[in-house]
Amino acid sequence: MPDNRYENTSRPGQEHFVAPPEDVRVGVVDAVDTSEAPSSLWGDAWRDMRHRPLFWASAALIVLVILMATIPSLFTSTSPTECHLESSLAGPAAGHIFGFDKQGCDIYARAIYGARASVTVGVLSTVFVVVVGTIIGSIAGYFGGWLDTLLSRFTDIFFAVPFVLAAIVIMSLLQNRNALVVAIVLATFGWTSIARITRGAVLGVKNNEFITAAKALGMGRLAILAKHVLPNAAAPIIVYATVALGTFIVAEATLSFLGIGLPTSTVSWGGDLDKAQVSIRVAPEIMIYPATALALTVLSFIMMGDVVRDALDPKARKR
Amino acid sequence: MTTTITLTDGATEDAPVPAEKRDDSTPLLEIKDLKISFTTATGTVDAVRGVDLTVYPGQSVAIVGESGSGKSTTAHAIIDLLPGTGKVTGGSISFGGRELVGLKRRQVEDLRGREIGLVPQDPMSNLNPVWRIGTQIDEALVANGFQGSKAERTARVAELLGEAGLPDAARRARQFPHEFSGGMRQRALIAIGLASRPKLLIADEPTSALDVTVQKKILDHLEGLTADLGTAVLFITHDLGLAAERAEHLVVMYKGKVVESGPALQILKDPQHEYTKRLVSSAPSLASRRIQSAHERGQEAEDLLAEHADETATQAPDVVVAKDLTKVFHIRGSRPGTHTDFTAVDGIDFTLPKGRTLALVGESGSGKSTAANMVLGLLEPTSGTVQFDGKDVGKMSAKEQFALRRRVQPVFQNPYGSLDPTYSIFRSIEEPLVLHKVGDRRSREARVRELLDMVSLPQATMRRFPNELSGGQRQRIAIARALALKPEVLVLDEAVSALDVLVQAQILTLLNDLQAELGLSFLFITHDLAVVRQIADLVAVMKDGSIVEHATTDEVFDNPQQEYTQDLLAAIPGASLEIGG
Repeated sequence: MPDNRYENTSRPGQEHFVAPPEDVRVGVVDAVDTSEAPSSLWGDAWRDMRHRPLFWASAALIVLVILMATIPSLFTSTSPTECHLESSLAGPAAGHIFGFDKQGCDIYARAIYGARASVTVGVLSTVFVVVVGTIIGSIAGYFGGWLDTLLSRFTDIFFAVPFVLAAIVIMSLLQNRNALVVAIVLATFGWTSIARITRGAVLGVKNNEFITAAKALGMGRLAILAKHVLPNAAAPIIVYATVALGTFIVAEATLSFLGIGLPTSTVSWGGDLDKAQVSIRVAPEIMIYPATALALTVLSFIMMGDVVRDALDPKARKR
Repeated sequence: MTTTITLTDGATEDAPVPAEKRDDSTPLLEIKDLKISFTTATGTVDAVRGVDLTVYPGQSVAIVGESGSGKSTTAHAIIDLLPGTGKVTGGSISFGGRELVGLKRRQVEDLRGREIGLVPQDPMSNLNPVWRIGTQIDEALVANGFQGSKAERTARVAELLGEAGLPDAARRARQFPHEFSGGMRQRALIAIGLASRPKLLIADEPTSALDVTVQKKILDHLEGLTADLGTAVLFITHDLGLAAERAEHLVVMYKGKVVESGPALQILKDPQHEYTKRLVSSAPSLASRRIQSAHERGQEAEDLLAEHADETATQAPDVVVAKDLTKVFHIRGSRPGTHTDFTAVDGIDFTLPKGRTLALVGESGSGKSTAANMVLGLLEPTSGTVQFDGKDVGKMSAKEQFALRRRVQPVFQNPYGSLDPTYSIFRSIEEPLVLHKVGDRRSREARVRELLDMVSLPQATMRRFPNELSGGQRQRIAIARALALKPEVLVLDEAVSALDVLVQAQILTLLNDLQAELGLSFLFITHDLAVVRQIADLVAVMKDGSIVEHATTDEVFDNPQQEYTQDLLAAIPGASLEIGG
């Protein structure tokens, strides 16, 4: 084969071609584009979420539920515990748009006031699991070795216990039940997923070169964990926590429905569902209102988790 | 089957058209005014903007360009493998007289493998880890309509692997990808690519993930094999030296357009376009001498080199001295309590004189990065010592070691992993100052601005985040951060290896200027001997944990003593090409 590399004996289509200089401008090598606004992971996520109707819908619902939980008097002037047996199972009336339940209590007021119990338990349990799960998961992932083995097996033991079943057993043993107790019991068996997620995220971050660079600066191990590793592992934890908040609200409702959650004196959606059960044949609509409130609240947190995950992880974005 | 298969046997029989009968005067592949664009959330991006390319039967052509130039996109469009939303929006691709743009999926599938083979870029991810190598080649045979019994196919698989240069092919075919080294996997991928005797083989950066000596062997083999089979090869590469060495015809791409094309050596010797000129002058494999720092550039090069050599030999005091440095890793065995010892670094000695650059060169697994981590104090040596200014680092108190951190700083390879993505550039560069309690808020900000100036980045960069910057820019930030505490020694661990040629040359020049300005000493860890020539005064060549050769750069390049060093030098792509000027 003739070696064409040395001669200019080009065949058709392979003549020496040079693009006219005005055709392709050769710019400065590696110039910084200073025209666009600075952006960070969180800044980009915010910019992405801002354009999503789902974000605004779930955010509006969440704000509404939180308002209901903190200042219920904004929504109703009727007391949920002021019940008149003579209006038992009565239909909607002036000032009582959803009507009355079997005890003669205002259903609308109870649906509004029920938010407090759900949100309190949901938020408290989520805070507990995030704190416990993040600490255990990050220590296991970051330090590794025997500590990882020990903590991972410890997590597995709790993971093996059926979450709701364990909560039922413990709650039925307890006499003094309030929102804090319910949250602690739920968190006791609910932190394992966060611990596993944190451990995985920390393992993914800790071998990055910026971690090695921080070590070479003489930074301590705990400082590196707090300043570099955890902020980079935060995204999946936040996403999971948002979804978990929804599931804790469901769990609280389940326990209250079974009569072993919050005491019957506390207004809660789960408790109301339990009470509505007895009259489901004659007045099924009584059940619909607390159930809808519960479902919308859980849905809004799970949708928010979805939106945040998509915004933080561009790869997961649907096309 | 135990006998080794000679290449030519199987090859000439199976060549679709014998070389002498082939019609070499009509092009095999003709691309005319090809346009490709991608649809993104913000609009369409034109990745390829009118490319012309011609490949004749049996010819080797290379597309050269930096990342983002559209070279891979062009090649993938030929066999309709554009990723994601990529679409051919104009022009034509004609293969053997047949138009490929607009073919139906089934028609393209018939073409892939049978007529046009592909050797992909990354040998690590392009073989399915759960299947045997043989099964994967067999799959290629079946997919491309090989008629024959199971036994015939098995024999053919072994034949193909043997042809691709794997000894003991029949046994190898029963192994899994993880039992193969990178080079062996690449050979298996070549066997797959050539399984059905295609007329054209597209080789997309076929060896960029491999060590240079392995790269040379594989490319030599591929060249012989395709010449015997009469296969045309379309190389996609970022390495101008490699392209010129392996291809007759070069197509240089920049920003989606062909800026220059023509006979390989003509382009190399006499580049016409501004971009090609820059590329030729920056290609490390073609550079013949050390980059000079800004104030030295006026002086005569020859004098300077001589001067350097003298100085290193006599005057400069040693900043870092490694004595009999050894690192043994305990690798846990399959059962508890069992372990094997792996000696990563085996009793090496080296010295780094003040204000000079010592390059630790070696292929993957030679122990060069382990040695660097011991100098950085990130790994404890198993035995031996690292001395800094005559003081043994191992015997220092914790406080002294913390103080030492200010004097030795690293810059790492991966520009995407070396900066914390949640930190702004300002915070990244400021962090060392805060940690070592240097100055107050205002003086620290002034220092960050000064450091950005030093690495030639606009001061406005400090409000940005790493994801907004290119690889080269991030590497500048990493250098600025390393310089924040005014260290005396920088350990540059493959610091320019992941960068495009022009950016690489720019960073090397920057490092060199900084060295002259600040009197820095560099410990430069690299697998790339070509870069060594541009930056280093002294070279230590490492192999299997030991230093096999330690001398000045000129001595190593002009008169290598060890066979291994000679092999390494010969393997630099383009080393054999005589480039004037």
